[in-house]
Amino acid sequence: MKKVYLDNAATTPVASEVKEAIEPYLTKKFGNASSVHSFGRDVRKEVELVREKVADLIGADDSQEVIFTSGGTEADNLSIKGVVMKNRDKGNHIITSAIEHHAVLHPCEYLEEYHDFDVTYLPVDEDGLVDPDDVAEAITDETILVSIMLANNEVGTIQPIAEIGEMLEDKDIYFHTDAVQAVGSIPVDVDELKVDLLSLSAHKFNGPKGIGACYIRKGTKIIPFMHGGAQERGLRASTENVPGIIGLGKAVELAAENLEEKQKEITRLRDKLISGIKDNIDEVTLNGHPTNRLPNNVNVSIRYIEGESLLLNLDLEGIAASSGSACTSGSLDPSHVLLAMDIPHEIAHGSLRLTLGKYTTEEEIDYVLEKLPEVVDRLRAMSPIYNKAE
Amino acid sequence: MYSDKVMDHFQNPRNVGEIKDADGVGEVGNPTCGDIMKMYIKVKDDVITDIKFKTFGCGAAVATSSITTEIVKGKTIKEAQELTNSQVAEELDGLPPEKMHCSNLAADALQKAINNYLGIEDDDVCTHCEDIPEGH
Repeated sequence: MKKVYLDNAATTPVASEVKEAIEPYLTKKFGNASSVHSFGRDVRKEVELVREKVADLIGADDSQEVIFTSGGTEADNLSIKGVVMKNRDKGNHIITSAIEHHAVLHPCEYLEEYHDFDVTYLPVDEDGLVDPDDVAEAITDETILVSIMLANNEVGTIQPIAEIGEMLEDKDIYFHTDAVQAVGSIPVDVDELKVDLLSLSAHKFNGPKGIGACYIRKGTKIIPFMHGGAQERGLRASTENVPGIIGLGKAVELAAENLEEKQKEITRLRDKLISGIKDNIDEVTLNGHPTNRLPNNVNVSIRYIEGESLLLNLDLEGIAASSGSACTSGSLDPSHVLLAMDIPHEIAHGSLRLTLGKYTTEEEIDYVLEKLPEVVDRLRAMSPIYNKAE
Repeated sequence: MYSDKVMDHFQNPRNVGEIKDADGVGEVGNPTCGDIMKMYIKVKDDVITDIKFKTFGCGAAVATSSITTEIVKGKTIKEAQELTNSQVAEELDGLPPEKMHCSNLAADALQKAINNYLGIEDDDVCTHCEDIPEGH
């Protein structure tokens, strides 16, 4: 059966170039990067080269501002907990948004519950945008950190981070952005965005799982939350994941190559998919910002059907996608992102996210456009509320 | 996640549709909680001679509706009234724990259809939603 993978926001396949780059570091280049002997020194050199590559990709001035982590979740945790714990003598208030990834929301909830921090969860508009004026208005004398994601993982909306960064620039408040979905997909520059901290993850752009990085601007007051050895300038104890770091480096290299050209092509496929869905299925709405969105993200709500049964049916046709339906979230409520955008429960239950990747082809898009309307028809024929609407 | 039997009933649901001149109709759920199920029964000499359903919901909701119609078709009203949600789940070779409430939905819709046939008024509540344990 034909297999079409359109869940690249969840994870991506490791590029063959990445796999090849990693291989020697599993066998003959196995040294511990902290060792004094040649096995360690040779590896250390390569690790530092990757640090420079990552710094270049995100426009960091100094590679020492890049800390390797186990992924995006850890980078978010390090940024948020590390900064607020270190700076709590200055205040106890954090500002974030209602549509953040759980890797940001849950550390914030933890800090509220166990460490007496106050957190403001800013609302978003119907396109999923945070208003920079809302950020400005939420600031109090106690505010020490603002954390707003660069691009949303579910609906793809790209936030006005540079505008928020500009507003925060002359204030004594740290600014973190979760750029896990953005890095590798769109150009990202920490100086243009005016952020102090940024999270990224390799497996979202054809690198391996279990490796990511945290950008920490020079001078940022932060404490580690992994304690042990002196790795990563004492900010992240644990023997360096050398094969992972090498994989991240190769993935960064590949992502940086003709980034804008690739972005254009993937946007074209995305728009073909969106208009194809709208032309062939009635009562469909696009979730997220119509233009200010990730080049690879399609998120639609298809009325009168439920997301999980849609995913199961698509899977039977070989198409892998995801949904913000309650039935796929493991909770009673549909996606917190869709609800924050004021999308009614019943429409959120019928949401479908299709995310394109490096290897997505036009033929695959055509296949989805052929199969999706059939699946929708089948489910709507079974739906008691579709009848009601007629 | 789902048993082969659940997937079979999900892929090839039995008795989908409506009965225009049904003797009893039952509807449970609401769009907010993500599941709605409607059941139609035809009764002759106290026996359910025909049954059809329509469901808006997840894979488990579709499969439980389908198997419920299969179980009670040809049964007496009294036998059908005795159908429990655990029986529905058992017939499907089990459901994942977080989907157990879906089996209540099918049994509830059936009981409502039977009550409607018998002329018994019942409260219009989404019982299966209230039955969902915290965290599911």
